[in-house]
Amino acid sequence: MQPHSIDQNEFKDLVRKKWSVSLSMTALMLVIYFGFILLLAFNKHVLAQKIGEHMTLGIPIGLAVILSACVMTGLYVRWANTSYDRSVKSILDHMKG
Amino acid sequence: MNLFTSTIGQPNAVSIAFFFVFVAATLVITWFAAKKSKTASDFYAAGRSVTGFQNGLALAGDYMSAASFLGIAGLVALKGYDGLIYSIGFLVGWPLIMFLIAEPLRNLGKYTFADVVAYRLRQKPIRIAAASGSLMTICFYLIAQMVGSGSLVNLMFGLPYELAVAIVGVVMILYVLFGGMLATTWVQIIKAVLLLGGASVMVGMVLAKFGFDPSALFSAAAEKYGQKMLEPGGLVSNPWDALSLGIALMFGTAGLPHILMRFYTVPDAEQARKSVFYATGFISYFYILTFIIGFGAMVLVGQDVITKFDKGGNMSALLLAEVTGGTMFLGFIAAVAFATILAVVAGLTLAGAASFSHDLYVNVFKNGRATEEEEVKMAKRSTLVLGLVAMGLGIAFKGQNVAFMVGLAFAIAASGNFPALLLSILWRGMSTFGATAAIVTGSVLAVGLIIISPTVWVSVLGFKQAIFPWSNPALISMPAAFFAGWLGSVLVPEPEAKARYEEQKIRNYLGVGVE
Repeated sequence: MQPHSIDQNEFKDLVRKKWSVSLSMTALMLVIYFGFILLLAFNKHVLAQKIGEHMTLGIPIGLAVILSACVMTGLYVRWANTSYDRSVKSILDHMKG
Repeated sequence: MNLFTSTIGQPNAVSIAFFFVFVAATLVITWFAAKKSKTASDFYAAGRSVTGFQNGLALAGDYMSAASFLGIAGLVALKGYDGLIYSIGFLVGWPLIMFLIAEPLRNLGKYTFADVVAYRLRQKPIRIAAASGSLMTICFYLIAQMVGSGSLVNLMFGLPYELAVAIVGVVMILYVLFGGMLATTWVQIIKAVLLLGGASVMVGMVLAKFGFDPSALFSAAAEKYGQKMLEPGGLVSNPWDALSLGIALMFGTAGLPHILMRFYTVPDAEQARKSVFYATGFISYFYILTFIIGFGAMVLVGQDVITKFDKGGNMSALLLAEVTGGTMFLGFIAAVAFATILAVVAGLTLAGAASFSHDLYVNVFKNGRATEEEEVKMAKRSTLVLGLVAMGLGIAFKGQNVAFMVGLAFAIAASGNFPALLLSILWRGMSTFGATAAIVTGSVLAVGLIIISPTVWVSVLGFKQAIFPWSNPALISMPAAFFAGWLGSVLVPEPEAKARYEEQKIRNYLGVGVE
């Protein structure tokens, strides 16, 4: 298959869409994780706050960081395995003509 | 609770039995795999026949080392909340693998991540640089695992250190040599299931003692050892150090050769994505269990008992197993921990053999003109050599503190491997000189800074004051690698590489021409 047989606009759209999703999710993960690390490094007492008799805010926040990583990978897979792969298929179909 | 009668340290019939069953079962699998393992694609990539779910378990298996199971549980048992910080750091690299490199890796590569970096560049310099980066990462990780395994088995079963290292080495060589990636994958899957299952049962038994209310467990810990156990403490005293460690853990995961290699075992990008999702789920679940196991050990075993067996707390999970489930369960968990070491070491060795044979032998010495038989033969020879080297290093480093080696492995992966990989995927302007500069700058700087940091300069070499103040160099070495990649590509541009970027893109995004 020759590159020139590709619908360049459709392909460019695909690449743009892929990186806007990938990079915004990467940015969100970086904000969540480094937000947590910076909170830990510069403002520890927020995490040490009690939210129950002994329970501290740090525990649910830590677990939430873990869960956010899972949820985000899940959302990405769902997007990629449906929307993205559909666009790829459409481009490949057009290439075959 | 008095537990000084623990059977840890004595040969335990149950654990030896479990261990033999595990080794026998996995060797049977290896025997079956050996019959299927003929081509290079079979040997390095299990014939690309692994499903997303299976590969997710195998990835989790490769990642959940005994160090993270026993080490993090111990850290939590002794320091409380701070252990969770490490768990989070080890986990958050996975989403990045998914968003940035899983698909390009599967679509552009064949056997090693150097395939991707070298895709449109001149083969020799890239292969040499990338293979050195890989082999350095693998070596430091391997030493840490081997030394850990020797002392662990010594503590658990009372076997002599050298014998333990030898057993791990020999069994691992058998898996990789005869069964290749297919056997290694199944060893990982079985081990991951046993580890997740064993940890779940343990957590169930711990929580049963607290009416299945985790907050009751945390309260008990706070009442026994003070509220500080539930708060972040002194582990991250210097903010910059914390940030640097965070970067190393996060981006290091996305540069570990044995992890990246697993993406070639699945048939396509869709399965590659699924496998990262499953792996992230399993690893998250596992770290949450480890957190509860750590607190369980703190309360039910007691910190004074834990430190009696091992100052670093590495025996916490095992002691907890004995308290909650008796000698039988201790035996089971001990055998699982041993199996875990075996599996991780096998995965590392296979990645090292691939790098040696595929990157160096085929693409450098043979100019890409080796037959498949020659390549597989060389891969098997490298397996044997690497296995023997691993045993030798394991014995040579006996008694050393190996924590810094894991840190070093992650720092090299984050600085030497990850920037070059990402730039070659994303940036049209990347040249051979730039890529080589990125790899060399990242890995040399990472190693150099670790040597003059407190972890080696003070703890190992015994100097009073470290020259470089942070315990992890990634905050400097990773940006430096990106900068070197950019500068090198601008100074020595490569028009041919630029011209081939379009072709690379089509294959990268559409999966056209993928094996």
